[in-house]
Amino acid sequence: MNPMLPPIERRASGARLFWMTVWGRAYPRVVGMQRERSWVFFDVFLPLLSVAAYVFVYRAIRAPEEYVGFVVLGGAMTAFWMNILWSMSSQLYWEKEQGNLALYIISPASMMAILLGMAIGGLVATLLRAVAILWIGSWLFQVQYTVVSFWKLFAVFSLSMVALYGLGMMSASLFLLFSREAWHLANLAMEPVYLVTGMYFPVKNLGFWAAAGASLIPLTLGLDAMRQLIFVNGAALGFLSVEVEILVLIVLSVVFLIGARYLLAFIEKLAIQEGRLTENRR
Amino acid sequence: MNRSIPLRSFLTAAWLGWQIESNWTDPFLFATYSIIKPVAGAAILVIMYAIVTQGQFDSPVFAYLFLGNAFYQYVPAVLSGVSWTIIDDREHYRTLKYIYVAPVNIPFYLFGRAVAKFIIATIGVIITIAAGVLFLHVRINWAQVHWGVFLLSLALGIIMMALLGLILAGITLLTARHSYYIGDVVAGGLFLFTGAIFPLEILPVWLRPVGYALPITYWLELLRRALVGEVAQAFPTFAALSNETLFLVLIAASLVFGTASVFIFRRCDFIARERGNLDITTNY
Repeated sequence: MNPMLPPIERRASGARLFWMTVWGRAYPRVVGMQRERSWVFFDVFLPLLSVAAYVFVYRAIRAPEEYVGFVVLGGAMTAFWMNILWSMSSQLYWEKEQGNLALYIISPASMMAILLGMAIGGLVATLLRAVAILWIGSWLFQVQYTVVSFWKLFAVFSLSMVALYGLGMMSASLFLLFSREAWHLANLAMEPVYLVTGMYFPVKNLGFWAAAGASLIPLTLGLDAMRQLIFVNGAALGFLSVEVEILVLIVLSVVFLIGARYLLAFIEKLAIQEGRLTENRR
Repeated sequence: MNRSIPLRSFLTAAWLGWQIESNWTDPFLFATYSIIKPVAGAAILVIMYAIVTQGQFDSPVFAYLFLGNAFYQYVPAVLSGVSWTIIDDREHYRTLKYIYVAPVNIPFYLFGRAVAKFIIATIGVIITIAAGVLFLHVRINWAQVHWGVFLLSLALGIIMMALLGLILAGITLLTARHSYYIGDVVAGGLFLFTGAIFPLEILPVWLRPVGYALPITYWLELLRRALVGEVAQAFPTFAALSNETLFLVLIAASLVFGTASVFIFRRCDFIARERGNLDITTNY
């Protein structure tokens, strides 16, 4: 036994191990972000400018003012999608390349906990980005909010997050198998997802079936419901009623969380069988 | 054959960059991947425009934003192509220190690594414009296109963006790997100021000078004028400036940014060596 390491006095398992793992993976990310803070400029300030560009497009074509609010809200929600995409899913690919993935697998820790830890570790940046876009954007562009129901708004946001991170964990499982293509797939899930989820316009305009298909990504219904709940004319531009969207989000949350658990276990097994966990295809 | 070190660095890096960008999958999937992203980006704007204007695609405003957005694809591609190489080589492949100790001209190596992304962006630009012409009534009279102005401004713009990318590469030498491409986020930020998708007059007066100071603004204007002169003339921003004047401004601004980029990169490079950043991995 290595004399440098103290013996484990209190063994963790079950929920305690799960939360220890979450914290253990979140910790280096939180500390790392404190050590080098250039991300505040690049990950918070610059995306705000990018969102503003879309606002000015609407101004240039004389769109009704609520569309400006749609862009600001959509821009804020992109932060969560980016967190899933780059701080969770594709991070697994990076961990594989660095050699950490195999260490995760041979430890008794749950992969879901590790993924959750990655997400929570990046949440400071994500929340800062989302709040900055929402707050500064609303102030700069004089966005008027009329909240119909705070409870429904809270429910929609919470359910959207649960479903979204469930989806993120499900998709992350695929990254256990992929190699360099994972990076490119994550890249591909940006503009096309912004398009189909109606990040900058009401998703209803895509047509019923396209919008229904896009609803598999929780951002679609989450955004649509939030817009209906906080803008005066939001309901008129909504895709489905808020109640139906909440129901669908509940179903998506359950399906994605259970799916993530099983898919992670299945793909981990598959990746071990095929020897893909330590594979390093340059 | 005996080639100069900068040329050899550039060509080898271009070949290497192309392999990295393209050989992760089969050519068909690679082509699909290269097409979907830019088309989706353009489609967002098209749908935004169509919803509000009820599909008035023959308006000069549409041609203005469509072409600006199409050519703007080069900006993140080149900026990221040059700057991301630092992270890729330092933390992913862990070869940056070996490249530094080899007889390689680092700036030319970085420019070379951006060539693959430039080629992919070119495919995206061509497909986006073709879609605009074929399906969205973007009227380009090919017989009246000023090819000389177009090709010269395109080439100048790419060089200018590569130099801007060098500034970001210098900054990247000093920063950790975060969850974003620095080139993409900077390009996203500059999207607001360059008049890519709306005329600068739409911006508040106090923000316009930022747009006037950026060479990308003049580059986009020249490209629009070369392809669809009457559309560019429909907006007052640069109506008083001739093509020659725009070229001069673009060249002058590029020289200023180019000179600054060389000094900034050298300075950052020195600090990075001093801090021992060249082989750092910041995987948090």
